[in-house]
Amino acid sequence: MSIEAHSTKTAAVTKQAMVIILVMLWTIPTVGLLVSSVRDKDQLSVSGWWSALTASESQEVYRLPKEDVQTPSDNGYLIVDEIFDDQSKAIISTWGPTAKTLSDFAAGETMTLDDGSQMTVNEDGSIEWVNDEPFTHNRGPRVFYQVKTPPRFTLDNYREVLKSEGVGRAFINTFTVTIPATFIPILIAAFAAYALAWMRFKGRLFFLAMIIGLIVVPLQMSLIPVLRLFADIGAITGMPSKSYITVWLAHTGFGLPLAIYLLRNYMASLPKDIIESAYMDGATHFQIFMKMILPLSMPALASFAIFQFLWVWNDLLVAAVFLGQGEGKTVMTQQLIELLGSRGDNWEILTSGAFISIAVPIVVFLSMQKYFVRGLLAGSVKGG
Amino acid sequence: MFQQLVNAAIAIVFAVGGSILFYVGSNLLLDKFLTSDGAPADKQIKRDSLREGIRPWIFVGPALAFLLVFLVYPVFKSLQLSFMDREGEEFVWFTNYVWAFTSDGFQSSIINNLLWLIIVPTMSTMFGLVIAYLTDRIWWGKIARTLIFLPMAISFVGASIIWKFVYDYRGPGSDQIGILNALVVAFGGEPKAWIAVPFWNNILLMVILIWIQTGFAMVILGAAIRGVPEDTLEASTLDGASELEIFFKIVIPQIWGTIVVVWTTITILVLKVFDIVYAMTNGQWDTQVLANLMYNEMFRNANSGTASTVAVILMIAVLPVMIYNIKSARETEQ
Repeated sequence: MSIEAHSTKTAAVTKQAMVIILVMLWTIPTVGLLVSSVRDKDQLSVSGWWSALTASESQEVYRLPKEDVQTPSDNGYLIVDEIFDDQSKAIISTWGPTAKTLSDFAAGETMTLDDGSQMTVNEDGSIEWVNDEPFTHNRGPRVFYQVKTPPRFTLDNYREVLKSEGVGRAFINTFTVTIPATFIPILIAAFAAYALAWMRFKGRLFFLAMIIGLIVVPLQMSLIPVLRLFADIGAITGMPSKSYITVWLAHTGFGLPLAIYLLRNYMASLPKDIIESAYMDGATHFQIFMKMILPLSMPALASFAIFQFLWVWNDLLVAAVFLGQGEGKTVMTQQLIELLGSRGDNWEILTSGAFISIAVPIVVFLSMQKYFVRGLLAGSVKGG
Repeated sequence: MFQQLVNAAIAIVFAVGGSILFYVGSNLLLDKFLTSDGAPADKQIKRDSLREGIRPWIFVGPALAFLLVFLVYPVFKSLQLSFMDREGEEFVWFTNYVWAFTSDGFQSSIINNLLWLIIVPTMSTMFGLVIAYLTDRIWWGKIARTLIFLPMAISFVGASIIWKFVYDYRGPGSDQIGILNALVVAFGGEPKAWIAVPFWNNILLMVILIWIQTGFAMVILGAAIRGVPEDTLEASTLDGASELEIFFKIVIPQIWGTIVVVWTTITILVLKVFDIVYAMTNGQWDTQVLANLMYNEMFRNANSGTASTVAVILMIAVLPVMIYNIKSARETEQ
């Protein structure tokens, strides 16, 4: 092998290694979230998610039952009990009567208590306790043990978060916000884009310049004035100033500049002849738009639909300001913020809740990546 | 649950149906009432031109109304409110601006925002460029690109939770469950509650946005790199240029325009960053930024004057980009 070929080969290997490292850096945080969300919550809070596949060791305590469960037997009186339930595959290594003497007895060994009774704790967590006299205690003694728990994966976190943490509700609320807030701006923008591309009217160029300017206007400029406007309208008409209607309208307003810009550019690039000949044949602009332009513009419509869908689904600010919170209103992002505040240390709740909220956009994104990329390439002037 | 689903479905049908009805209905009405069929010849032409003069406004009318109400009017209203008191009732002129430039909260927000503006666009663009170039000729490059692109689909709030888990802190005795502190401990360091450590916590919050935005930069720059003529690259390979030389001397100059566009786009996004700071620290431990400050002024302090002032300052910051965009669009139109 020549030196040159050798060095190109090294370069190629280095290149691939660098890409592998970068890909790992980018994916590990999300993998951590996903793995954690299906781990048993007790294991999740004491060990890192990267050790999810190895057994975890912990020290536990168990209190034996009262005297009323005893049964007479050949060797005297007997209390039999199980520390774990059937499914658990935990293994006890050592045990003892106090936290300090927890390693005094190996599993299966027998300890003699002060009253002469004998207790055995086995590896699988079964306990046998025998005495010559009947047991008379009304509070069982405690057993401390060292236990090795095999990894446990469960969907319980998801069940809990969907039912009792309000995430299920928020999921539906988010859909209620997102579907109209995606569809309405597309419809309005498509008509405006057609007019800007193919109709002649006064102020067309000014309108176009205005739209390009408005693409970068910070949302923050609009919050207070529009909120006040809704409040004033609400005061006159008696409509609530924060509702699904107001949030749809707000999202429509904020999404329009980019939508019109993207769609107009696309429509303007369609062949001029077919539109002009259709017009000459007596078709109205409305007919041309509905029957020719709209079907032809599907790729651009799809691009923007994905943008707007992701933007609205992931939005926090507009929903917080124009929809507010409440039983039937709180959206996913707000619900997650609330959980961060109230259950900030319960990672089983946070990870599964977050995963539910990111699953939908990820599915949309992966299945329609082509259109998303096209949209990005066509309109990389917008800043979110 | 079921009831809510039904309500949501009804609402969706109404909203969507209503907007369709408007366009179809108004166009049909226009055709019906200003029809030229059967009219005398001199009236036909008049009606035709009147009808076709009105129609564009049906097409752009709703869009125009939305833009005026939700974006144009608010810009002027916010400007006005920034000169008024907390209820927006009386003029206080420059009081809010004086507040802005003398309050500690505002100043640290400005400094933090500047840090964000320098670091996030630069790092995202740089990572995006490197990844786009490296994955360009690898057979599994598409998979790698998809994985790096994926965070773009995740909400800022979701991303904040993902990273908060990475930065999680447990007391020095117990096992760390956050991967950052686990690494710190593995290398013999002391675990820390990183997001409460001033200055560095800013960087940790920025990492989240860099993580999200790199995919964007990568896609745009990747397309630009594929647009670099093949023969240019081949010629320089034959001339014996190394991979690094080709990257810096040929690829980068060729796609410089795109790099600037990507950089500016991310810059504008960074200016408005709100969700990440709100979810991670809500501005505590010296991490405040303008967008979050504005939200706090608006809702926690209920002061529309100072909140509008912050918004106006954000607006001024994007103004150069806005003017540039309009100018270059004008040029391409002509």
